[in-house]
Amino acid sequence: MADANEPVSVVGIPSRVEYTYSPGRATTRFLRAIEQKRLMGQRCTGCGKVYIPPRGACPRCGLPTDEEVELTDKGTVVSFTVVRVPSENIQLELPYAAGSILLDGADIPFQALLRDVEVADVRPGMRVQAVWVDDAELQPSFTNIKWFHPIDEPDVPFEKFQEHL
Amino acid sequence: MAELCGVVGVGQTQHDAKREDVSQVGLIREAAERALEDADLDWKDIDAVVIGKAPDLFEGVMMPELFLADSLGCAGKPMLRVHTAGSVGGSTAVVAASLVEAGIHDRVLTVAYEKQSESNAMWALSIKIPFSATVVAGAGGYFAPLIRGYMMRSGAPEDTGIRVAVKDRENALKNPYAHLKFPDISFEQVESSPMLWDPIRFLETCPSSDGACALVLSSEKLADQSKKKPAWVHSTAMRSEPTSFAGRDQVNPQAGIDCAKELYKKAGITDPRKEIDCAEIYVPFSWFEPMWMENLGFAELGQGWKMTYEGATALDGDLPVNMSGGVLSTNPIGASGMLRFGEAAMQVRGTAGEHQVAGARKAMGHAYGGGSQYFSMWIVGAEKP
Repeated sequence: MADANEPVSVVGIPSRVEYTYSPGRATTRFLRAIEQKRLMGQRCTGCGKVYIPPRGACPRCGLPTDEEVELTDKGTVVSFTVVRVPSENIQLELPYAAGSILLDGADIPFQALLRDVEVADVRPGMRVQAVWVDDAELQPSFTNIKWFHPIDEPDVPFEKFQEHL
Repeated sequence: MAELCGVVGVGQTQHDAKREDVSQVGLIREAAERALEDADLDWKDIDAVVIGKAPDLFEGVMMPELFLADSLGCAGKPMLRVHTAGSVGGSTAVVAASLVEAGIHDRVLTVAYEKQSESNAMWALSIKIPFSATVVAGAGGYFAPLIRGYMMRSGAPEDTGIRVAVKDRENALKNPYAHLKFPDISFEQVESSPMLWDPIRFLETCPSSDGACALVLSSEKLADQSKKKPAWVHSTAMRSEPTSFAGRDQVNPQAGIDCAKELYKKAGITDPRKEIDCAEIYVPFSWFEPMWMENLGFAELGQGWKMTYEGATALDGDLPVNMSGGVLSTNPIGASGMLRFGEAAMQVRGTAGEHQVAGARKAMGHAYGGGSQYFSMWIVGAEKP
């Protein structure tokens, strides 16, 4: 207990941020599809790159990504980290592996949890597939994918995915 | 540029995890007063103030520049705030220099700070986005896969990052203002420190600091009159790119490459490794030293790690990097870029004390921010450009 005569230098004032989220047209289509266990990406009308999750436009070309492309839930780990430090925002048992995953047919990776594998065995090039929540729990949310886990396919060579780092 | 700009004063605070002895006001005053003292000037000599800091959530105070205006002597003077995430300390100095170079003001005080202990930056950086899955938090989780990407591409030896950390932490021992000091730092100590975000170890990571940095910039005429030797601004450059797009190279971002090219071109530099005497580079995780050596054109692609390995970036190497101990030793985020710029100025003014590079005539300051998407840089010299 601090001395009652000590001047107060710091007081804790908890603050919180609340906001209304408007996903926009492109993300709404993605979320409606993932509610049906379908992964819908979008192709740029300029460079032809496929974005998932899509945001409606390609930042490189400044063009709309109008064409919808359905992707599989299989992909490749392009890079990863093993998290061994706790965070207030994430309630996961440590250590855990977080991968940068490039879905087959997509041109941009996203981060996802990797499980059903020892963290020491996670490696770039590893082939993985989504593990989904039970159908009864499906929502319009990326959290429908609980994590990715390894599948019995040969690793992809580094040259094939190194441009996606 | 129409006018030359000289750095005539450099000031910084004592950096620490918690500066409970000062408020945000006290922190920036400490740096600003030291810069004015170094310049042998007073508040009345300042024409305008440019302030920079990282996101407001880092302290939990919205638009702090409004309540800081008075304490920075801005009453009746122009003031503006710059914000480009972690690179902001650099871009704030660039904006301040451009006000002088454009002939708008003769003497500008520029200040950058962060008082990280007043909130939680890791939390502030990791706000949960609805309908998405958040799997990593903070900068470490974000940058670790990119570091692994660099390791795969370059085939760099796995202990490269450890070597950078030892070098920067040894340099910090020579810097009286540095936050983190490990008097008996060794390879073994870094190697055995806990892995936080594989492959980033605890001692390969920057701290959270409270601190501020300030510079006084003058037009040529006024800089010529200053008692101490100015550092002349030879060139400045800034670049940005989107956080995420298909085919974006996050390990070696195009914006960084382009920014450095413009910087060297404006300064008339064709061989940066040879012509630049030392560089303060924004390295918040040790592996970013070799990554930026390549991005900035000091080394060929895939070869940056060799500079660390061969000792080229050591204080007695051919291109000393992070003489002050760098971001690894001191990281008040908003001020971190300006500390790099300020160190570059100190080097060419010959005022860097124990971490002075003998005979430094041309030095580079560098900062990056966001998801490696904002870059700001300057080159300062002992002679006029």
